[in-house]
Amino acid sequence: MAEQTSTPNYGYENTVPIAEGLFTWPSNDPRLLGSQCQDCGVVTFPVQSGCPACSSTNVETIELEREGTLWTWTIQGFYPQRPPYDGPETPENFKPFGVGYIELPGQVRVQSRIKTEDVSKLRIGMSMKLLVEQYIERDGKQVMSYFFQPSDEL
Amino acid sequence: MDVAIIGLGIHPFGRTPGKSGREQGVHAARAALKDASMAWSDLEFAYGGSAAAGAADAMVKDMGLTGLQFVNVSNGCATGGSALQSAYMAIQSGMFDVGMAIGFDKHERGAFRVDPKGGGLGKWYGDVGMALTPQFFGMKIQRYMHDYGISEDALNLVAVKNYANGTKNPNAWRQQVIPYDEVANSMMVCHPLRKFHFCSPAEGGCAMILCRADKAKQFTDKKPVFLKAVSVKTRLFGSFEVFSQSQALDRADAPTVQASKAAFEQAGIGPEDIDVAQLQDTESGAEIMHMAENGFCQHGEQEKWLREGQTSIDGKLPVNTDGGCMANGEPIGASGLRQVHEIAIQLRGEGGARQVPNSPKAGYTHVYGAPGLSGVCILSN
Ligand SMILES: [Zn+2]
Repeated sequence: MAEQTSTPNYGYENTVPIAEGLFTWPSNDPRLLGSQCQDCGVVTFPVQSGCPACSSTNVETIELEREGTLWTWTIQGFYPQRPPYDGPETPENFKPFGVGYIELPGQVRVQSRIKTEDVSKLRIGMSMKLLVEQYIERDGKQVMSYFFQPSDEL
Repeated sequence: MDVAIIGLGIHPFGRTPGKSGREQGVHAARAALKDASMAWSDLEFAYGGSAAAGAADAMVKDMGLTGLQFVNVSNGCATGGSALQSAYMAIQSGMFDVGMAIGFDKHERGAFRVDPKGGGLGKWYGDVGMALTPQFFGMKIQRYMHDYGISEDALNLVAVKNYANGTKNPNAWRQQVIPYDEVANSMMVCHPLRKFHFCSPAEGGCAMILCRADKAKQFTDKKPVFLKAVSVKTRLFGSFEVFSQSQALDRADAPTVQASKAAFEQAGIGPEDIDVAQLQDTESGAEIMHMAENGFCQHGEQEKWLREGQTSIDGKLPVNTDGGCMANGEPIGASGLRQVHEIAIQLRGEGGARQVPNSPKAGYTHVYGAPGLSGVCILSN
């Protein structure tokens, strides 16, 4: 992986994030973005305008931790209905994929697709790391999304 | 003021090609009136709901334009339960003496289709393949099994029991016993949940007539069943619910725990007094978690209960005697009312092949669903 630099301006022209404000982009070290309540400290993902715990609107956007542990998981075993699904596969070449909640220490548990070579190795408590990479191609652009990947596969 | 249920009607659940959801509702409404020997024109009000089969009040053109107050109820998976609660409150307030709670539905085949944008989730959430309810059920029970040492055996035993109960219920959709091995080897849908652990969207209708208990004799000769408590609660911050893009680190009690406590308090009895229960079984894991969340056993005790047959028809606490959602499918508008219908049938002693022995005196119903709500009723005879 490249050394972290200031916001890069080369090599990212052909990419778009899957949603604005979900993670820092473009970046060599992307982070998920969340909200932290300035009154009670509760963190949410993605960014939202108020605190779900205390109803305060005094919330600030923060960058979330990039490493955490798998809190729970499942394997999506069938091809999801399209729409709303917009994955890169067809029903013919679909392979079951992992989904889980990753506990980011001291912050929040975030729901994420899990990128792994072997879904049968998923276990509660395993350490996971954030990854932003191309999900699909749309209108000639690489659409970037976030995943978590088992740390021992990095 | 006590509220009595004096008429019960149901349209068989499952798939009824060529018959709209509303027509199935009308069938159930007429059956409930017949059961009570009453006429539609006797009713002062109705609360009705349907999620996918149009406005419930459209049925007045079939039933008769009598001028009654008809309110449509829409409250996610608790639509039927909320219609019943509204009817209960209408009578308890003293405003009305007699009316109907009704629900019906007709869903397309396959998993419920989700609109991530309409649910405030952002289009990306659907794009990446996370807007699927079975994933939530898989992830929730995965963690629960980890926390409380429950194995896949428990998941299989729930399914086998509910399908077996369905074969004893002429109104159930699934009328076939599914052997243990067939459940245990069925397709993995969302780990650890397999095909036969899940219920499916379906069709059906259910109606009941409620009245002031002290006036029941004026309306019908039928022996009434009493609604002792009704409670609907929604999620608190920290509860693990469907389509949560993030979760708090500290967990709160599930809405079921709140609804159950409130209902027992209203009724003035406890879980040990309940003789028969209907617990939401969207999938096997849900029934397992709900046994404990409703206070019937400790977390982690469920597998032992299931192996001993404690929730079978002849067990200590029969659960889902009519086959539950697994054998009946889940038409959202009607599902919560079906649960109450079954308990009323059991308390009347009209359960036929699935009748719980020793004349049950007190029954319990529990519905749970999106977006994190629970409805509980306690009934007695
Ligand atoms: Zn707050």
